[in-house]
Amino acid sequence: MLRKISFIFVSVVSFLVAAVCAFAAPPIKIGGLFAVTGPASFLGEPERNTAQMVVNEINAAGGIRGRRLELVAYDTQGDATRAVQAANRLIKEDRVVAIIGPSTTGDTMAVIPIAERAHVPLVSCAAGSKITSPVKRWVFKTAQNDALAVARIYEYLAGRKLTRVAILTVSDGFGSSGREQLKANAARYGIRIVSDDTYGPKDTDMTAQLTKIRGSQAQAIICWGTNPGPAVIARNARQIGLKIPLFMSHGVSSKKFIELAGDAAEGIILPSGRVIVADRLPNSDRQKKPLLAFVKDYQRHYRAEGDHFGGHAWDAVMLLKAAIERGGDNPAAIRDQLEKIRTFAGIGGVFSYSPADHAGLNKDAFVLVEVRNRDWTLVK
Amino acid sequence: MKSLLRNEAVRFVLFSAMILALPALLAGGYLLNVFVFVGIHTLLAVALNLLLGYAGQISLGQAAFFGLGAYASGILTATYGQNPWGTMVAVALAVGLLAFLVGFPILKLKGHYLAMATLGFGIIVYIALNEAVDLTGGPSGLPGIPNLSLGSYVFDSDLKNYYLIWGVTLATILLSLNLVNSRIGRGLRAIHDSEVAARVMGIRVRLLKVQIFALSAVISSIAGSLYAHTMTFVSPTSFGFNFSVELVTMVIIGGLGSIYGSFLGAALLTLLPEMLRAFQDYDIVVYGFLLIAMTMFMPGGLVRGVPELARRLLARPQKGKADA
Repeated sequence: MLRKISFIFVSVVSFLVAAVCAFAAPPIKIGGLFAVTGPASFLGEPERNTAQMVVNEINAAGGIRGRRLELVAYDTQGDATRAVQAANRLIKEDRVVAIIGPSTTGDTMAVIPIAERAHVPLVSCAAGSKITSPVKRWVFKTAQNDALAVARIYEYLAGRKLTRVAILTVSDGFGSSGREQLKANAARYGIRIVSDDTYGPKDTDMTAQLTKIRGSQAQAIICWGTNPGPAVIARNARQIGLKIPLFMSHGVSSKKFIELAGDAAEGIILPSGRVIVADRLPNSDRQKKPLLAFVKDYQRHYRAEGDHFGGHAWDAVMLLKAAIERGGDNPAAIRDQLEKIRTFAGIGGVFSYSPADHAGLNKDAFVLVEVRNRDWTLVK
Repeated sequence: MKSLLRNEAVRFVLFSAMILALPALLAGGYLLNVFVFVGIHTLLAVALNLLLGYAGQISLGQAAFFGLGAYASGILTATYGQNPWGTMVAVALAVGLLAFLVGFPILKLKGHYLAMATLGFGIIVYIALNEAVDLTGGPSGLPGIPNLSLGSYVFDSDLKNYYLIWGVTLATILLSLNLVNSRIGRGLRAIHDSEVAARVMGIRVRLLKVQIFALSAVISSIAGSLYAHTMTFVSPTSFGFNFSVELVTMVIIGGLGSIYGSFLGAALLTLLPEMLRAFQDYDIVVYGFLLIAMTMFMPGGLVRGVPELARRLLARPQKGKADA
């Protein structure tokens, strides 16, 4: 008898489970545009990995309102033409409700007209301030504006009465945006740029620029670039015995920079997101919990350190999740809910979007860190 | 039927009809957008084929003319508010003049040296687009380029741009077909085979080479302008060395010295990455493998290889019967 009852019980339960599976709502599709190959792959790859990791985790935890999340990701190769084709495919063929990415400012600017016309929310992982300024109805971003990093450095310099600086920027998208912001904001902090030089992304020796700076009145150097250029600059500066302090951008805030620059990295100060100092943050910091979770998960899945770039994708997926949870899964509702998100603690900072601000971060998104004993320490 | 297909006019009409009917089949899907780019790439491949396939002069700097057209149109219309149509024509003429001036010294070179020189020209233009930040917006690109319009009719959808771009492309194909079947076309082929022999026969080799180089630049520049107004955004990565090489690949895969081959090459190289997305991370490997296979087994390009393949496949069953 007992056996019969248990048999019936098991059959009923398995029937119900099967029914639920069969009638479960279709997955919510979100699109991803990442520069997984090409010159910007150092952005695209961790972003794609992280986005997929977060989507898997959300599904393992039961999805969003009981529905699975599906990520359809395409490679843009960092090329605007391909980004546009892929965006069209995501919207017309895959019918995604929102798009994460692209990875670079150039790709993002190319895709914006398409998202705007199709009324699909776009959460970019690129940093360029022109993405959300002026505000575009359907476009948001998660990467910190370069202007915020510049503000951090200038504040520090002004506080120490170092008013004459030399800037040395790389001639690519990241460097030219940094150069623009460095020049635009200098006057506000009473800082004068006495030397303005650039270097090529593939240059292997910057002694010439540094020698020129040594001959100038500069009291500090600010270098704006991504690996490996800044490491070369740090080494060159030490070789020619340059004594003035060297500042870097958030473009090199990963262990890779310390590896490349070696001893020459000691004493260099740079603005950075909180990922690299996650375990050193006070417990009162709102970002500490998500940061530690992200770093640990990334380590477990990909055996590499979670970095800022992956963090941009983490933020984008989690922001979309929050928006869908509150307002449903159609593009217009997602957009409206994204705009209403306040004080959302993510990896890049604490986001507060509003109709007038689709970047969502302030300069608290950055902390200043100094390289000491081949590791990062927080600058108070 | 076969003799009809040999007739150039009939072939062109059939090809045009196919192109004009295509959007009905695609029903407004994303592939329509891809075919807009196939149109632009065909324009560029035809331009390069005139130079490479007919006159036998290599250029690894075609992306530069494409980029100059796109950026000049973009800057003059977005930043300075000029009329896009007038700008397109003026820019094409200016780029043609530039090619004419650059062509005189460069086209004295042959083979690898010519490849190097055109490569150098392409890189100079690429660096200029990146570094002239105030003018071009630098590496992060130039946004806000207006769509083309006629009165109040704006070319703002894929369908409208498809007909606009393919209209220009078909006109260029017609012009190129006429050109290569004329005295000039025969002159170009003579240069291809032997410059000395061509000169002996009274062809002004140097001038003709520079002229065809300039014409190729003019067509590329127009393709650039159309690209800029369709995308409404341009950034330097689209005009780098890689793209120049891609164009040469299109012409060679499609078939050197065949105008329709250029279309086949452009269509294949533009559509293939879309079709290979199913392979995910391995798409590039499959893509490379297919290109190697095609150059190995279809040395004459798709335009000659595909009919050959079809003929063999059709012939085989009969042969099998005979054996039995």
